[in-house]
Amino acid sequence: MKNVKIFLVFVFAAITLASNAQNNAGLKLPAGFKATLFADTIGSARHIAITPNGVLFAKLMYPNKAGKSIIRLEDKNKDGVADNITGWGKYGGTGIFVKGKSLYATSDNDIYLYQLNEKDEVIDTAKPKTIVKGLLAKNQHASKSITLDGQGNIYVNIGAYSNACQEKDRMPGSKGMMPCPILDSAGGIWKFDGIKENQVYGDGKRYATGLRNVVGLDWNKQTNSLFVMQHGRDQLNSFYPTLYTDAQNAELPAETMYELHEGDNAGWPYVYFDPYQKKKMLSPEYGGDGKKEGGENAINPTVFFPAHMAPNALLFYTGNQFPEKYKNGAFIAFHGSWNRAPLPQEGYFVAFVPFKDGKPNGEWEIFANGFSGLTGDEKVKNPRNAKARPCGLAQGPDGSLYVSDDNKGSIFKISYSK
Amino acid sequence: MNYIKILIGSFLILGFAVNVTAQDLAKGKKIYETRCLVCHQADGGGVPNMNAPLDGSSNVVGNDLARLVRIIKGGYSEKIALDGMYYSNAMTANPDFKDADIANVLSYIRTSWSNKATVVTEAQVIAAKNKK
Ligand code: HEC
Repeated sequence: MKNVKIFLVFVFAAITLASNAQNNAGLKLPAGFKATLFADTIGSARHIAITPNGVLFAKLMYPNKAGKSIIRLEDKNKDGVADNITGWGKYGGTGIFVKGKSLYATSDNDIYLYQLNEKDEVIDTAKPKTIVKGLLAKNQHASKSITLDGQGNIYVNIGAYSNACQEKDRMPGSKGMMPCPILDSAGGIWKFDGIKENQVYGDGKRYATGLRNVVGLDWNKQTNSLFVMQHGRDQLNSFYPTLYTDAQNAELPAETMYELHEGDNAGWPYVYFDPYQKKKMLSPEYGGDGKKEGGENAINPTVFFPAHMAPNALLFYTGNQFPEKYKNGAFIAFHGSWNRAPLPQEGYFVAFVPFKDGKPNGEWEIFANGFSGLTGDEKVKNPRNAKARPCGLAQGPDGSLYVSDDNKGSIFKISYSK
Repeated sequence: MNYIKILIGSFLILGFAVNVTAQDLAKGKKIYETRCLVCHQADGGGVPNMNAPLDGSSNVVGNDLARLVRIIKGGYSEKIALDGMYYSNAMTANPDFKDADIANVLSYIRTSWSNKATVVTEAQVIAAKNKK
């Protein structure tokens, strides 16, 4: 009896795997690309990172049902599906990053460092080193994403705990504060030493400012500079119905990619980027009317995308598996919008922007779609109906691209073969 | 005994029928669409991890009217744990709402989607405000 059961389980597993491979785990991809469901229901998987040996680590927003908040996934038999899944950690968070045998993970306040052994197992899951502690985390934009440069420095976003730095956040008619006091401790990217323990604000440096909230960021090895994706502001129509219609709010402001250098200012909260006028517009909280420009000292975006799509991961592709066009280009995981309501939502896909010599080289395009689980071209109307929401990206040692989902906790593996 | 219950029950229903009309519910729907839908969405489902769902929320269909009135009028920005999930974002305050507006929108969200709670009268909103 037990054997029959095991046999049945095996048959089911084989059928799921087969159909999984056939329908690309439900994803729509360009010709020649295939996807497998590398893992599912592991928990709210935010960012992911992969070691040179192909071991994947996922950071969960909350501990999963088993009480673990960092998950280690290994595909020992190399069939595109993780077969050895373990986990540890009790703190929720977003950021995770691998450098050599160092594994960094973040809570909303702290950055921790774990040591890996030669099999990429964590040597002591109970005692990470605390690299940075006490970063600000209020009830908005609290997640901390991280990346490292080639010099051993770590970059972390500290999101603004506000929509537009109003005196009273999200209160109709409340003015924008001048200067915005939030920018002293948030609304930017901070730089810390990647190894020194127990650093606090004073040990770090505000690397760039005027960024409302960044979740996706990556160090571009070609330009040797930091690129980030900003989440643009919400609710222009709710607070200024005479200046912005629902339809205009659905398209304003653009979601923006910036290349950052030390000292840069991207303009939040004083300005937002209008994708139609292709200009930095003065925010209505600071006297703007949809026509007045602003932000003379603020940098311009490198690329801009439709509004509110919530870019949660950025990855410059350095692998050799994908066709030439993808080399050094940017993949962006769009978590999917909510602030376009009452109009249909957008995002819930992975986009691609070709780059050449460190600069965008062509229009952005949808690379992987279908995460929402809706059929055909049906758009997500209500965010809770989206089956999966892309949140993290990682590049495997063989050049495959992994995408994590923080809704049900799926990890998709996307590969290319001629 | 049962008769009395039924009697009281029908009085209650009659009472609401007198005080909360279909027109009030329509007004509540209109308020919802212009002031709440952007965050809580057309299906009342909210946005996972961010804007709390109103559909199926044990708080929304619950009896703590004072809390619901306070949240709608004054906004809310504390992380809330609801039915096993966490939500954190700042909810816009609605200082311009009259008691009747609050009653209408509450009636609407308590009886829409899968919610099947009682409607709320203006008098109940006033009583809830005085309770704290
Ligand atoms: C800017 C987005 C936003 C808008 C607009 C908004 N809400 Fe909310 N609402 C929230 C968030 C976020 C929460 C959860 C509390 C938190 O995280 O701070 C919430 C919580 C609630 C709750 C408590 C739910 C519970 O289960 O305890 C009620 C009731 C509610 N909102 C009703 C409304 C009504 C009615 C309106 C329109 C008049 C409205 N909201 C407009 C974001 C919003």
